[in-house]
Amino acid sequence: MADPAVGEAGKTGDWRDLKPVIDYGKCVPTVKNRPACYLCWLYCPEGVVKADIRVEIDLTYCKGCGICAEECPSKAITMVREETGNE
Amino acid sequence: MSNVQIITGNQAAAMAARLCGVQVVAAYPITPQSQLSEILSQYVESGTLRAEYVRVESEHSAMTVCISASTVGARVFTATSANGLLYMHEQLHWAAGSRLPIVMCCVNRGVGAPWSIFNDQQDSLSQRDTGWIQIHCRDNQEIMDNVIQAYRIAEQVYAPVMVCYDGFVLSHTMMPVDVPAADATRSFLPPYRPHTILSPENPKNINPVLLPNPRMNAEGILCDGYMEMRYKLQKAMEDAREVIMKTGREFADAFGRDNGGMLWEYRTDDAEVMLSSMGSVAAEAMAAADQLRAEGIQAGVVGIRVFRPFPKEDVVRAFRNAKTIILFEKSISYGYEGGLCSELKAAFYRRDIHAPIHNYIVGLGGRDVKARELVEAARASVEAVRAGTPEKHTSWLNCITE
Amino acid sequence: MPENLFKINAKEYILPGSRACQGCGLSLAYRFALKALRENTIVTLPASCLCVLHGLYPNTPVNIPCLNCTFASTAASASGIVAGLNALNRTDTTVVAFAGDGGSFDMGIQSLSGAAERGTDFIYVSYDNEGYMNTGTQRSSATPMGALTTTTPVLTKQQHKKDFLKIMEAHDLPYVATTSPSYPIDLYEKFVRAKRIKGTRFIHIHVPCPPGWAYPTKDTVRIGRLAVETGVVVLFEIENGKLCFTGRSRTLAEKGNRLPVVNYIERQGRFKKMSIEQLSQFQRWVDNRWNELLERAAKG
Repeated sequence: MADPAVGEAGKTGDWRDLKPVIDYGKCVPTVKNRPACYLCWLYCPEGVVKADIRVEIDLTYCKGCGICAEECPSKAITMVREETGNE
Repeated sequence: MSNVQIITGNQAAAMAARLCGVQVVAAYPITPQSQLSEILSQYVESGTLRAEYVRVESEHSAMTVCISASTVGARVFTATSANGLLYMHEQLHWAAGSRLPIVMCCVNRGVGAPWSIFNDQQDSLSQRDTGWIQIHCRDNQEIMDNVIQAYRIAEQVYAPVMVCYDGFVLSHTMMPVDVPAADATRSFLPPYRPHTILSPENPKNINPVLLPNPRMNAEGILCDGYMEMRYKLQKAMEDAREVIMKTGREFADAFGRDNGGMLWEYRTDDAEVMLSSMGSVAAEAMAAADQLRAEGIQAGVVGIRVFRPFPKEDVVRAFRNAKTIILFEKSISYGYEGGLCSELKAAFYRRDIHAPIHNYIVGLGGRDVKARELVEAARASVEAVRAGTPEKHTSWLNCITE
Repeated sequence: MPENLFKINAKEYILPGSRACQGCGLSLAYRFALKALRENTIVTLPASCLCVLHGLYPNTPVNIPCLNCTFASTAASASGIVAGLNALNRTDTTVVAFAGDGGSFDMGIQSLSGAAERGTDFIYVSYDNEGYMNTGTQRSSATPMGALTTTTPVLTKQQHKKDFLKIMEAHDLPYVATTSPSYPIDLYEKFVRAKRIKGTRFIHIHVPCPPGWAYPTKDTVRIGRLAVETGVVVLFEIENGKLCFTGRSRTLAEKGNRLPVVNYIERQGRFKKMSIEQLSQFQRWVDNRWNELLERAAKG
């Protein structure tokens, strides 16, 4: 019998070669300074997007699939190549 | 206060399941088990047994329902024969690996192809590696008694138990059976305490994938790998012998009947020739032993009651003084010899038991096995040994082999 | 939270760091299914992608009790949980079976049909990634015509997708629904509705799979959306025999502006060997199905 735990497959952030970077100048809840949009939170398969006024993505576990960047209606998220040698 | 009723083996098994207060029954009909399923549904629909009866669409699903219902904490029961047992083979492994105290009756029947609906023990023999405890019944009284003991054993060892009895020979034959009282049975069986937790209060993932090596959990504790889990099943089976013996003694105290522990013996004290078998043929062998003794051959019977875990020390002790061992089996491990035969020989390895073992395959597909045929076979074997030709290839009794 | 998102249970039942692939459509669908089902749920599932998502011993990322079972036996496993809970008078927990297309319509069909025919009180979810994805993309009865799989590697799958709706309808179910992770709110609402109904409830999820369907991981939601826009997937629910289109499919039905299927096909590497003839057969198959369902919805 296995018990629930975070990081069952380890730090899945290690899987990425592209990471999401949010431009807060375009991110709708930041711009409007109130809860709004959150399509990135909606469509994240991993549930690692925090739907606060300042949207944050948990990079320890984000697998870098790029769905959030693809679905963001204001194109606020860009997938940027991970630097080699990063932890 | 005895309550002797004249009932069939299937009736005895059904009554025993009811006495044990089973809570979930899932069974699929197959000859010669069908009446057992029917009687249980009669009990449930008329209210004399308060249980969920799941009329599954296959034997594979019957065992699956037993597995998940037992995981949740219900006492479960099922029964099958032959091809039905084979169909649930994958689930037999699953049940044992899950360490669930499921009790199942195997109404022994020959397997296809070609078809047979009649009795032999190929079905249960072919499941010996699955991790199920296997108990064989000599008569209908033992069916009643062994099903009750099976729950007590299973729920202590946390391993499933198969109670085997010969199809038609016992399942459809009426015999006197002293039926235990309901309250005495209830006292004999404490409530089932599941070790599995499948509950929203404490979410766990049961029977997931295990890797070959032990792995750390989130707290940094090293947890079992697959091989450790499998070792634990083997250890439980080995330790089950004590539980089986103790349960037999406690049953005898409570109900006044001792069906033997791992094996039973008949007139073996001064026996030179030991007949041996499992199930109803072992009962027939008792009559054969009497006949042989009347002819001046010192014969006795060692009846194997528990085939798994294999009673290694018990057989070494029981057969120690035999000059000839004659083994009648209703099954065979194709490509070699009777399964019980190989296992006896392995038990005797380096234990200084050198008696010749003559293996007779008998009664496959329901061919009748008469005591006088056992007598003739035994006599022939004894003569061969006396004449200085102790080795004998496996024989097929009463079968055209040319 | 925007209003419709406010209504959704904010709790996450899948902890971060699961073993699912990047961009896994199942992961997204399961996330919302569990939000709708909530804590008082027991899940049972077979050897499958979801089994792997549920993790390797001794850890699991899922905070819901789960019983693993063999590939053929999911619905029987659920039947046993229901029977056991009934026998123990613990009848308020929702029992949910979650199997893939293989575990539902190939190896699992016998136990599914049996449990449904008996009217077992549980929710059966078939998550359909259109192939045996856990073992490396082999063909299943749910694979669409024209798709490459590792067991149809040259000639593509020759038969149309097996019609799961017709099969499940033969069992007289109180609730049948189709869903997609590209429409998570529609999916969530259907699970909430199903939870309240008694009897065998069947929910189908169309699950895009990046490695199996050969498309970039970022496109999972887009591909699922195109499936609905072209009518390859129709979002509907059937309650006591009455069929209604839902969500985007309803809008498409009303406005009549379905896209040609090529828009869906061309984005997936698994269809690169699809012939012109197969494409046209596929379009006809989609159109016929769409029209049948439209007629049925109109009858009420």
